[in-house]
Amino acid sequence: MTPLLDGLGKALILIVSLNPELLDIILLSIAVSGTALFIATALGLPCSALISLKKLPARGLLISLMNTFMGLPPVVVGLFLYLLLSRSGPLGFLGLLYSPSAMIVAQAILAFPIVTALCHSAIVNVDPLIRQVSLTLGANPLQVTVAVIKEARYGIMSGIIAAFGRVMAEVGAILIVGGNIAGYTRVMTTTIALETDKGNFELALALGIILLALSLIINSMLHVVQKKGAVSLQR
Amino acid sequence: MSLTLQVSDISKSYNGNTVLDHCSFSFDAVGTYVLTGPNGCGKSTFLRISSLIEYPDRGSVAFYAEDSKLKENMDLKRRITLVLPKVGIFNTTVMKNAAFGLKLRGADKAAISEKTHRALEFVGLAHKSRQNALTLSSGETKRLGIARALVIEPDILFLDEPTASVDSKNTTIIENILGSLKSANKSIIIIATHDNDQAKRLADRLLVMKNGKIR
Repeated sequence: MTPLLDGLGKALILIVSLNPELLDIILLSIAVSGTALFIATALGLPCSALISLKKLPARGLLISLMNTFMGLPPVVVGLFLYLLLSRSGPLGFLGLLYSPSAMIVAQAILAFPIVTALCHSAIVNVDPLIRQVSLTLGANPLQVTVAVIKEARYGIMSGIIAAFGRVMAEVGAILIVGGNIAGYTRVMTTTIALETDKGNFELALALGIILLALSLIINSMLHVVQKKGAVSLQR
Repeated sequence: MSLTLQVSDISKSYNGNTVLDHCSFSFDAVGTYVLTGPNGCGKSTFLRISSLIEYPDRGSVAFYAEDSKLKENMDLKRRITLVLPKVGIFNTTVMKNAAFGLKLRGADKAAISEKTHRALEFVGLAHKSRQNALTLSSGETKRLGIARALVIEPDILFLDEPTASVDSKNTTIIENILGSLKSANKSIIIIATHDNDQAKRLADRLLVMKNGKIR
C-alpha cells in the first residue's frame, strides 16, 4: 500500500500546487477533445438530422453503419490514420502526423459516429406531431427541422456529452498519431500510460484523479440532462 | 383582403380505402362552417387537404383573394392554419408555444409579446404563460392550440375536433371561445366535430359528411 499512498500523496501535492506540467497536459487534453467534439458535432448533427428527417435511399444501411462505428476500436482508427498521415501515406504531404491536429482528427473520427447515432436516436424519438404542428403554423422545411431538433435537445446533449466522455478517456488512437511528445502532444491518457511504464506514479496518479473527476463531472451532466429529458417525455 | 376557399372534386384513398370521394364545397363567405359526421367519415382528411397539409389523389384546393386565384406558396400557407385534434406541444413555456407561429414569420419582439399575451388572455391561459406547456391539462392544451393559431391571425382557421378528449368544463370554455370568434365574424372558420349538438351550437352553416362527400 505504501507506494500507492506515497504516489497519491505526491499526486495531491501536484494538483494542489497547480503544477505547470500537469496544467499544460490537462489544458491540451481539453483543447484536443473539445475541438474534436466540436468538429464531430458540427458534422454529426446535420448528418443525423438528414438521416432522421429525409427519406434517403440507403437510410437503414447508414443507421447500421453509424451504430457499428460507435464501437470503433481506437487503435484501429489510430493505425489507419497513421498510414494515411505518415510520410509515405496519401496525406503525408500535410505534415500532420505527431501533432495535436492529427489527434483532433483521430478523436473527431471516433466521436462522429457516436454523436450522429445518438442524435439520430434523439431526433427520431421526437413526437411526430411536432413536425405536423410546425407545418400547420407555417414553418418552411428548414424551420420544421430546427423545431424538431430543438425538441430533441436533451437527447442531443446526452449524445454530445457521451461522445466527449469517450474521447476524453481514449488513448489508443492519439498515442499512435500524436506520438506522446512532451509539451506538444502529451495528453492525460497518454501521459498516464507513459509514466506508469516508467514507474513514475505520482504524475500518473494525479492525472488519473483529474481524469476520474472529469469523468464524474461528464457523467453527472449526462445524468442531469437525461433526467430532464425523461421528465419531458413523461409529460 | 380576406381569403375564400374552393374545394373541387377531391378524392383521397388510404390503402385502397376511399375516404373522400369527389368531394366539393366552396367556402366563399366569412363565417363558421361546421363539418359533422361519424368518426372515420373523412372530416379530418378533408380538413388536412383543405389546409394544404396533405394532398388529394385527385381534385383541387384553390384559395381566392378578390376573385384572383392564389398560388400555393409559403405566403398562402401562412394565411391559413389547422388546429390538430392532438395539439402537439413544444417542450417549452406556454408563452413560447403560443408565439411559435409569429417567430416563424419573423415578427418583432414587441408584436410577439403583445399578440401572444392577447391570445392567451382570450383563451384564459395568460396566468400560465411562464409555465411549461407540457404541464397543462388536456383541456388547457387544446386552448393553447387555439391560442397558437389565433396569434397568427389566419384568414382561414381550421379546427379538427377542438373538444375531443376534453372534460365538460373545458368543452364549455372552448365552445365559448369559438362562439366569441363566431361573433367577431372576421374570418372563415371551419370546424370538424363528431358531436352533432355542438355542431348545431357553433355553426353558421352546418355541413354533413357522408360517404366521402359533403351533403
